[in-house]
Amino acid sequence: MKPPPVVYHGPDTVQEAVRLLAEHGGHAKVLAGGQSLVPMLNMRLTAPARLIDVNRLDELAYVRTDLEGVRVGALARHADVERATHAFEAVPLLRQAVRSVAHPTIRNRGTTVGSLVHADPCAEMPAVLLLLDGEVLLRSDRAGERVVKAADFFVGPMESACEEDELAIEAYFPRPKGRTGTDWRELSRRNGDYAMCGVGTSVRVDETGAVTSAKAAYIGMGPVPSVVDVTGADFSAAAEHAADQLDPEDDIHASAEYRRHLARVLTARSLKAAYEAVAP
Amino acid sequence: MNDKLVGQPLVRKEDPRLLRGDGRYLDDLGRGALAAAFVRSPVAHARITGIDVDEALDVEGLVAIYTHEDLPGRIAEPLPLLIPHPDLTHPRTPYCLANGEVNHVGEAVVMVVATDRYLAEDVAERIRVTYEDLPPVVGIDQARAGERLVHEDAPGNVAARSVQTNGKGEAHEAIASAPHRLALDLHIERSASMPMEGKGVLAHWDADDRTLRVHSSTQTSTSVRLAVAAKLELPPDRVEVITPDVGGGFGVKIVHPWPEEILVPWAAMTLGRDVKWVEDRREHFTSSAHERAQQQHVEVGFDEAGRLLGLSVEIWHDNGAYVPYGIIVPIVTSTQLLGPYKVGAYRVEFTSLYTNTVIVTPYRGAGRPQGVFAMERTMDAIAEYLGMDRLAVREANLIQPEEMPYDQGLVFQDGRPLIYDSGDYPTMLRMIRDLVGWDGFEAERAAAAAEGRRIGIGIGAYVEGTGMGPYEGAHVKVETTGEVVVSTGLTTQGQGHYTSLAQIAADVLGVGVGDVTVITGDTRRFKYAVGTFASRAIVTSGNAVAIAAAKVAEKAKRIAAAALGDGVAPEDLELVDGRVRRRADPATAIDLRTVAVLSNPLRYAFDEETKAATQFAAATATGEEPGLEATGYYMPERSTYAAGAHGVVVETDPETADIRILRYCVVHDCGVVVNPRIVEGQVHGGVAQGIGGALYERIVYDDAGQLVNASYMDFLIPFATEVPHIQTAHMVTASGLNPLGLKGAGEAGVIPTSAVVASAIEDAEGLAVRRMPISPSELYELRKARQARKEQVSA
Amino acid sequence: MTEQVHQITVTVNGVARRGEVPARRLLADFLRMDLGLTGTHLGCEHGVCGACTLLLDGVPVRSCLILAVSADGHAVTTVEGCCEAGGELGPVQQAFQDCHGLQCGFCTPGFITTITAYLEENPKPTEEEAREAIGGNLCRCTGYQNIVKAVLRAADLKRERESADE
Repeated sequence: MKPPPVVYHGPDTVQEAVRLLAEHGGHAKVLAGGQSLVPMLNMRLTAPARLIDVNRLDELAYVRTDLEGVRVGALARHADVERATHAFEAVPLLRQAVRSVAHPTIRNRGTTVGSLVHADPCAEMPAVLLLLDGEVLLRSDRAGERVVKAADFFVGPMESACEEDELAIEAYFPRPKGRTGTDWRELSRRNGDYAMCGVGTSVRVDETGAVTSAKAAYIGMGPVPSVVDVTGADFSAAAEHAADQLDPEDDIHASAEYRRHLARVLTARSLKAAYEAVAP
Repeated sequence: MNDKLVGQPLVRKEDPRLLRGDGRYLDDLGRGALAAAFVRSPVAHARITGIDVDEALDVEGLVAIYTHEDLPGRIAEPLPLLIPHPDLTHPRTPYCLANGEVNHVGEAVVMVVATDRYLAEDVAERIRVTYEDLPPVVGIDQARAGERLVHEDAPGNVAARSVQTNGKGEAHEAIASAPHRLALDLHIERSASMPMEGKGVLAHWDADDRTLRVHSSTQTSTSVRLAVAAKLELPPDRVEVITPDVGGGFGVKIVHPWPEEILVPWAAMTLGRDVKWVEDRREHFTSSAHERAQQQHVEVGFDEAGRLLGLSVEIWHDNGAYVPYGIIVPIVTSTQLLGPYKVGAYRVEFTSLYTNTVIVTPYRGAGRPQGVFAMERTMDAIAEYLGMDRLAVREANLIQPEEMPYDQGLVFQDGRPLIYDSGDYPTMLRMIRDLVGWDGFEAERAAAAAEGRRIGIGIGAYVEGTGMGPYEGAHVKVETTGEVVVSTGLTTQGQGHYTSLAQIAADVLGVGVGDVTVITGDTRRFKYAVGTFASRAIVTSGNAVAIAAAKVAEKAKRIAAAALGDGVAPEDLELVDGRVRRRADPATAIDLRTVAVLSNPLRYAFDEETKAATQFAAATATGEEPGLEATGYYMPERSTYAAGAHGVVVETDPETADIRILRYCVVHDCGVVVNPRIVEGQVHGGVAQGIGGALYERIVYDDAGQLVNASYMDFLIPFATEVPHIQTAHMVTASGLNPLGLKGAGEAGVIPTSAVVASAIEDAEGLAVRRMPISPSELYELRKARQARKEQVSA
Repeated sequence: MTEQVHQITVTVNGVARRGEVPARRLLADFLRMDLGLTGTHLGCEHGVCGACTLLLDGVPVRSCLILAVSADGHAVTTVEGCCEAGGELGPVQQAFQDCHGLQCGFCTPGFITTITAYLEENPKPTEEEAREAIGGNLCRCTGYQNIVKAVLRAADLKRERESADE
């Protein structure tokens, strides 16, 4: 299991990276953390003619928090997101969810933005971006910079809105508004495996503790990560409602029906936990 | 040093080297060797209609491409049937490279040699093989149906059908006339040994010396040597096989010769260059070996006290596409199924079936986990039926210590009678009862229930035939430096033989364990051996080392007596602290290293020490062969029988059906223990594999015969987070069959794990568990099915 | 077709090592094939087993999932670099011997490097934390019982040695 031959580019600047993408876009893959790409190369399941290695783009190795939310640069590793206390304080869901991404050693190298672009429907961070109504900043020679809303970013299984000539520069995770509690939970076969079902929830309450908004995001439950608005229902009804919206598939680890059942159970548990985090 | 070293939990001598990164595993050798890679079948069953290499020819670094057509002489014939058996009526073994037909995904079709592995894979990727699909046979149901055939000339896909009875009456009659009867249908799915290091072969042909040196990551270097010599038509003395450090075996590496073990040496001879092949993980999944898959139908008759009167078991065993290792696995299942119990009249029949899947050969436990699953599920079913305590049913059927040796009336996998040599099973069950907290469990269950938690307890026992023959040997030599070198033909894969065999030799020779160097798996050093498998190494090789060391000790006494003169007789002497001394007068002594010098009478001294052995120096013993060394062999009359009992407490989530092990307990009896630290480690590792087999690991084929989870992403070996704390307790009933009183320990931990976990889940859930492994999703389905039945009944 | 090669310099266990590698050469293979440092083992080549784990600028990563050319200019610590300066076993290595934390030894280098880095971050782990710290590495021999013990023992040894040095 050795990767096929490939031409390598290791740009030192974003500008150079974007220029290389403009030149080779259709035949090149961006190599960031490589925790999904390199296994596929090793197994020869993919064979791009060129790799554009963005690991020298130190300018993108940041996790910044401001009044609006958290901005994660393309070279920030999952571990950087996990460790950034300011990011956790602003957007607790980031740390809640990123801890379920594989194992620490994978998180040390894998990048959050890379995971978004990879758009694996079983991965945690796309669902987080979706639940928080985040955005991804893309850049290309052709179109300059553009911002894509999470709702438009995950277009299919393993397919994001990032075009072949575009480099994802940054992901933006807005602070939840008002009094919002969040929670992440999932059930996987082994610790660190892809979840049979993963649920992230966000519950906003008013001063009296009444729920004004409730949403749940899912992984492993369909071809793309999905969000269901469950505002207005009690948590168990909300869980039923949400599970009905999902379209999971059978695989060797869990039946579709079981996944849907898990969605029900985990959604109710998760909404409760998110609510209790902020309930007066 | 007067304390015996056998029995002490010494740290391992081999560790510092391995811990520094100085281990030498197969792929660490042969830097610069040519690399081999294989084009393997992507389909389960097909005729090969063409092989086109044109696109591959311009890959830089290409050295050679071989197909079946290129193979000469005996290399072109099917690989040997290692263990023939009269009931194996339709044996089929694979070719080194497919001969016109492929029978499983992963079967080798083309061999490529290039200057490195990257390039070899480039070549392999460009070779186009065309196939004409044949209908694949996947799974036991399809094999049993016999509508499609794996091998046209093996009707019904049957490789073997075998019946054994225990001579204690006709089982069906005993069952029919018993007060109570039950029948169970059971399933165990496929799994695999999955050592962290795959297989690998490195070959060097010395054209001047006309010798072939082969390194292989194998569990049997001596047998690989003979097989390679036979296939390559070389005199065995022109072939050396060396097993370097091996990154785990667990059974899969006892199979030999693998196609690559023949092809790589042949390519090295043909090309006159060193050639290396290192199996990658995907190859290991699709082209090495699997195990476990069986269906079983059990019928049992028993009395009011839960005592078995008759037992009849039918087994359908999936042996994969070929049977190079014969029918050992189902034989072991059939015979070891009985465990520590007296079952009345017993009849077992197995049918070993071909499927278009990877071959099935022993994986740690080697058929025992399936047998124990059948027996222990039966015990639980009887308890449920009679409303009895599950432990009480087991106790009612135990063989008692005073009944030892106990003849089960069957023929074991070594072709010898299945006679338990020793054991105390009632004590064993009492110990596990205490360790797992059986008696206090109802209170524990109630406390958990009060918190909304659901827990269950399971228990099970097994007996394991270990230490089988035909033999192992050892050569022990005391060097003039005082170093003791022990060479055995055994290979080692992490069992700590460098330490445990050193302990045995050191005790006999009165030296420290640090003075002993153990050499394994190198046919240049020791040519006669069987291999390391079936929990046999310490029993067979351990006793051989003791025998050889005792010969050396006797010789040392004779030589020392002659040197000490003054009327000292050999029988007056003892070996203590690196010296040979008079028992009555310890000050009269001579260093063992000096004895080694004197053992080789010299004409010419080559250093200060050796002057003592020259003709005008001191007296040397006469009539001795030179060298303070001896060879010894141990040939057991039959297998020894180790035993154990496991207990487990599980928690099942009432909502998610997640399954968690709260505690896991082991009582283990492997006779005299040479190194308790090592034995405990073996038990731990076995239990972890058992938990893998119970809750996580399965090899999954789809209907087309594609292995759909051929990666560590989807074949779920437990991580540390999935293996609970394991509590162990040891008991010792020494075997009377061998001088050291040993029984084997290598496989123990894995044997009853699926059975006890199933028992505990059944207890927690109140529903029957008849198929293992079980996932949360499957537990959910079982709950749903029960709910549906309940609703049907109430409707 | 001739593959383009890249000049790289990687500081391996404190020593700058230069190499000429094709773009696709995995970091693990660079160490093993080019530098002859065979302590780093490849168990799966798809990033799950953890046997090839080494420290890249002090951080544990899978060396089967990193191209050697990406490591140009960086520092790597392998199991060979986890020994004491004088060549004695480092605290993690010593703890593995003391606790019988290895059997076949194939996965062990990945555990040694992972734990070495972990103890820098958490010098006094609980048993539970120790278990989680090694939760991304597969071992097929030990059932992890003694590896967990070795993590705790290594923490003690490390503290003892550090205080002895002061």
